[in-house]
Amino acid sequence: MATYKTSDFRKGLKIQLDGEPYLVVESTFRKPGKGNAIYTLRMKNLIRGTLLERNYKGGESVEAADVEEIDVQYLYRQGDTFVFMDNKTYEQYELSGDQIDDLWRYLKEGLACSMILWNGNPITMTPPNHVELQVTQCEPGAKGDTATNVTKPAIVETGGEFIVPGFIKEGNVIKIDSRTGDYVERVSN
Amino acid sequence: MSTEQNRNDVLPSAPWANLRLRSDCLKRLRCFFAARDFLEVDTPLLSADTVVDRFIEPMKVSIPDSEGSAHSKGMFLQTSPEFAMKRLLAAGADAIYQVAHAFRASEQGPWHNPEFTMVEWYRVGDDYEAGMSLLETVADELLGTPPCQRLTYQSAFETFAEIEPFSTPHKDLVAVLEKRCISIPQSLNRDDRDQLLNLLLAELIEPNLGDEVPVILYDYPASQAALAKVREDDIPVAERFELYFRGIELANGYHELLDAEVLMQRNRSINDQRSRDGRSRLPEKSRLIRAMEQGLPPCCGVALGFDRLVMMLAGAESIDRVIAFPIDRA
Repeated sequence: MATYKTSDFRKGLKIQLDGEPYLVVESTFRKPGKGNAIYTLRMKNLIRGTLLERNYKGGESVEAADVEEIDVQYLYRQGDTFVFMDNKTYEQYELSGDQIDDLWRYLKEGLACSMILWNGNPITMTPPNHVELQVTQCEPGAKGDTATNVTKPAIVETGGEFIVPGFIKEGNVIKIDSRTGDYVERVSN
Repeated sequence: MSTEQNRNDVLPSAPWANLRLRSDCLKRLRCFFAARDFLEVDTPLLSADTVVDRFIEPMKVSIPDSEGSAHSKGMFLQTSPEFAMKRLLAAGADAIYQVAHAFRASEQGPWHNPEFTMVEWYRVGDDYEAGMSLLETVADELLGTPPCQRLTYQSAFETFAEIEPFSTPHKDLVAVLEKRCISIPQSLNRDDRDQLLNLLLAELIEPNLGDEVPVILYDYPASQAALAKVREDDIPVAERFELYFRGIELANGYHELLDAEVLMQRNRSINDQRSRDGRSRLPEKSRLIRAMEQGLPPCCGVALGFDRLVMMLAGAESIDRVIAFPIDRA
């Protein structure tokens, strides 16, 4: 198994800790007074998204994680399983409903996503920052109401629900920020 | 390597504004010391001697003969100009300063570059109080901040870590770290008091030092005396002081140890510790020891990290922003 020594520590490394893969988001070196060096890694758990901070002594090492990021497109859903295809190799990868969490709301057929493989197995998927989705169901807005501070729920083509401004009608295509779930703008009527 | 990386390696990492600030700052320092009748000196970077520190790794240079084959005897790039400057004091200098490059292997990060610039000064006749007071004046003038606050090592630990640093048993130091959810490096020996104290210092104390005004932390544990005099109080403390600003250590000063015999003993015990740590032993006997045997006059000395001072003035986040060519571009 490949390892990284403290002298290799830097932002962007993918390491394995307590049996889980992490991405190093910050690597610092401190040496108070004439004291011992302290190497600190701030890491994001690639499965759960949680942050962790660990200190290391010079000469210690961490295990490298076999983590790869690939471009995929969403194909279809079968029960609780979501199926994606690697754009380069056409290999298919599956994620469970638990792994997808509420990101299923963005998954329309053909959507280009990025996927993280750990030891060759998919662990997470990230949709593009902005996803365009067609509204299939919503209450009509009050007549003449063009204010954007009046909002309402709308169901989109994926079956997901988002909060949209009152003027949005069924059949409109809207842009949603997938990082926050917020409505961005109306793309077309 | 991509062409972009190649091109970036060639350019300085510091913006011109910071390099100009660096130059201005150096001028101000020289004026400061000239106004106080300090003599600027220039001592060798390459020496047969080196400071014996537990956690500082000097770079050893192997020197070839005229035919280009390696000479058996290596020399050390200086980790600070301390030894040579003290030999000048022993030879009669009374107030000296130097702007010198210093080298410490493997020290690299936002606040470290293995080759860095140090401003070091000594003044004969200065006692502990005078040494701290001169450092305060340097801080006032160069940082342009209100007067420094002084804090003993002990009260800093009591205030920010709620622990007494000199007598608390090791296992209770570990307990504080655990209680505060501070990760302890796996290979760190839980009985190694100085390393536990350093971890506490880095995690709980340093971030709180010098938010508003610079802080001088003083009276260090005797085990961390390095080249400072130890004062034999009920609990002996090292007459050592450090300047902190915005959580960053800027300078380290000593009420200097004068006794050659004590220095020899310290060198021996640090080397024993280095052996236990798996590090090489460094020369214990040096020309400094011989100079001290002849007599080093009472004095205080301070080393200031010049790059960090410029970082503070520039508001730079990384030392790379104030050094034209840091190690990865050197």
